[in-house]
Amino acid sequence: MLVKYLKTYDDKCIGCGLCMTACSTLYFKEDNPELSAIKVIKQTEEDFKLEVCNQCTVCVAECPTQALTINKGVVYLNKNICIGCYACVAVCPTNTMYTYHLGVEPIKCNSCGVCVKECPADALEIVTEEVSDEL
Amino acid sequence: MNYNIEELKAKHKLLAEYKYELKPTMRGYANRTLYINISTNEIKEKRVTELMKEKFIGGKGFGLKLLWDAVNENTKWNSEENEINIATGPIGGNTNYAGSGKSIVTTISPLTEMPIDSNVGGYFGPYLKFSGFDALEIQGKAKNDIIIYINGDEGIIRIFEAPEEEIDSHVLSEQLVEMFAKTEREKLYISTVTAGRGSENAYIGCLNFSYYDLRKKKPRLKQAGRGGTGTVFRDKKLKALVVKFSKLKGNLNNPADLKKLQEVGLKLHKEILELDDTQNRMRQVGTAHLVEIMDEYDLLPTMNYKFGSHKDAFKIDSSVFKKYFTQNQPDGCWYGCTMACAKAVEHFTLKTGPYKGQEVLVDGPEYETAAGCGSNLGIFNPETILEINFYCDTYGLDTISFGTMTAFIMECWENGILNKERTGGLDFTWGNGDDVLELLHQIGRGEGFGLIAGKGTRKMKDYFEKEWGADRKFMDDIGMEAKGLEYSEYMTKESLAMQGGYGLALKGPQHDEAWLIFMDMVNNQIPTFEDKAEALHYFPMFRTWFSLQGLCKLPWNDVEPANNAETDEPNKVPEHVQNYVDIFNAITGKNIDKEELIIQSERVYNFQRVFNIRMGKGTREHDRIPYRSVGPVTAEEYESRKERYDKQLKEKLGVNSEGKSTDEKVKILREFREKEYEKLMNAAYERRGWNNNGIPTIEHLKKIGMDLPEVIEIVKKHL
Repeated sequence: MLVKYLKTYDDKCIGCGLCMTACSTLYFKEDNPELSAIKVIKQTEEDFKLEVCNQCTVCVAECPTQALTINKGVVYLNKNICIGCYACVAVCPTNTMYTYHLGVEPIKCNSCGVCVKECPADALEIVTEEVSDEL
Repeated sequence: MNYNIEELKAKHKLLAEYKYELKPTMRGYANRTLYINISTNEIKEKRVTELMKEKFIGGKGFGLKLLWDAVNENTKWNSEENEINIATGPIGGNTNYAGSGKSIVTTISPLTEMPIDSNVGGYFGPYLKFSGFDALEIQGKAKNDIIIYINGDEGIIRIFEAPEEEIDSHVLSEQLVEMFAKTEREKLYISTVTAGRGSENAYIGCLNFSYYDLRKKKPRLKQAGRGGTGTVFRDKKLKALVVKFSKLKGNLNNPADLKKLQEVGLKLHKEILELDDTQNRMRQVGTAHLVEIMDEYDLLPTMNYKFGSHKDAFKIDSSVFKKYFTQNQPDGCWYGCTMACAKAVEHFTLKTGPYKGQEVLVDGPEYETAAGCGSNLGIFNPETILEINFYCDTYGLDTISFGTMTAFIMECWENGILNKERTGGLDFTWGNGDDVLELLHQIGRGEGFGLIAGKGTRKMKDYFEKEWGADRKFMDDIGMEAKGLEYSEYMTKESLAMQGGYGLALKGPQHDEAWLIFMDMVNNQIPTFEDKAEALHYFPMFRTWFSLQGLCKLPWNDVEPANNAETDEPNKVPEHVQNYVDIFNAITGKNIDKEELIIQSERVYNFQRVFNIRMGKGTREHDRIPYRSVGPVTAEEYESRKERYDKQLKEKLGVNSEGKSTDEKVKILREFREKEYEKLMNAAYERRGWNNNGIPTIEHLKKIGMDLPEVIEIVKKHL
């Protein structure tokens, strides 16, 4: 299947957090890491880990309202019909379907690429590729 | 089926319309109930008081309280004042904790002639609450077939005559979903309650609650099966209830602590997803997995509960049904239920009846249906079971009562009580699925032997004795009913505690109060009378709580935390009990603990017991059970477990079985076991705070806070 996802390079990440700012500001009009679909996890002072949805599609079948759909390799969440049951959060193999305080619908990356443009360290890239259905 | 929705609608005649103010649900409560009288077409709102919430919590508590206020001690199931009440509870309708979508139906039952409560999935109860009402109370009788429509988006209720729609549920639910939804997406926002043509002719009628399956593009049906709810519904000339609500969100209960609710829900979701595949496989095969387990432990009811296993059981076990199940993805009957045990068989071609040759969707089979309409009838053909399952559902008949009463018929046939002359040509030899299906269709058509059988086991015993002089004692021994309700599908002969679990169940022998067989018989964890009495206190009280809250029981112990076995009380699943305490507090903002949880149930449980007493039942004599559920009635049964019974005679009674005939041994064992059951009742009554006649004492009612004047008044008459 075709997958369009945000590829991350932990070794290049400098931990500036601009990706989280770009993401949360675009979708929530607020600079708040909790509202970002990409998370920068600090390992040491110089070491960072980037966590984000890899568009594997496992969540899609779990959704009782079909709020999750696949379009051109990206899993989209339709917040209007999502009822916030978090079955998708539970089933996500990479733990990148995020919840946030007092939110109802979860947050996920839809490979828009806004963070890529902001990253000063080339640690992010939107990639489109064919992968095995056996994910 | 061919039908034109516009033509159906053109025949509608509006009888009443009522507009109400839309208000948000607060802390799990809509704080209103809806009263509709279909004799007078009066529609009104009733305020839910703090006292009502404190004493009755919600769900079946609300349903029973409203029913109590509506009926009197002479009310029969078909009396004008009897009601059909539907309620969810404060936890009901949340989308975070698996199994939170249940509705509870309460009414005076045609089978037991006292209150029945039946817990059912589908979307109706939660949609009703979010439309503005914690409970729906329908009293009176309509002149012609009517539909009640609750539009929770606009705040409008309509009652209208609906002469042209089909009666049978699989067609009617589809017609209604199409009628009230403008788009495919809107079908998700419709839930219906319907019965079927069988409900008109039998006392074992059930109600089908729908939820729309977006993937299969059909309404799916879940049953409020027990006690004749569908029979009351059709007697009132209710054709359907329809609710529409399109604004569902995970925070609609306005919980006090949304974050906590989400956290606890997510924890259980993850547990289910991680462990279900290696525990009960509910997501894969639903409750059908029980067939092979019960067979293995000699607990699968076989040929009217004579035996507990069968060499052909493998032909109807979950591996067989799994091949028929068509969905290969989660299938829950309420949003957010990751246990997802609902299963369906699509494109099933019917071989009999009015829909012969049509391809239909069969919801199920659940374990109860596979056992009751399979092994208990000597039927080991999965397609026959599917066909019975389908027709029971669409005709609005309870598969459990149908299976158990047909098992009784078959044993009567085997013993010469019935013959072709008496059955109008039907042959009830064990395993004869064709004639079992014909019996079902006779109930559907309201003719022949089906009319006699459809009244249920207790009424059949009366009829067979009166008309044909059948041996009453034998029929009382083998007819698997208590309080007038047919047994559900577990063998209790070797578990004294479970005999009590069924016999002492308020509504009749349904396993939703207690399931103690493994604890008692297999693991020997409750050896003394005191232990058994404690289990017959705790578990019925704990499990009653599900029906107060609008919860499903399955996510409590059909998945268990990985470390559950290491806890102090693994049978209680302590972590999950704490989950329930946490989500109740998170939604309602109250601060209960696990002890208060039990007291909440105790109040309603004792209220229901007193309700039974008020209706002329509910005393010790009504807690007695057929001997088939206690021990071997016949020599054939004794011989089938000879080693076990001989050993018990020797070890427990010091009786040497050598030289004694089987009939002698049956008699000795029977005297012993019947005494044991009486002792069990004594112990359980004492633990429950009841006197020796099974009546709650005033002191106990005061202690638990169920000393309402009307309750005390009834009890005083009987003490």
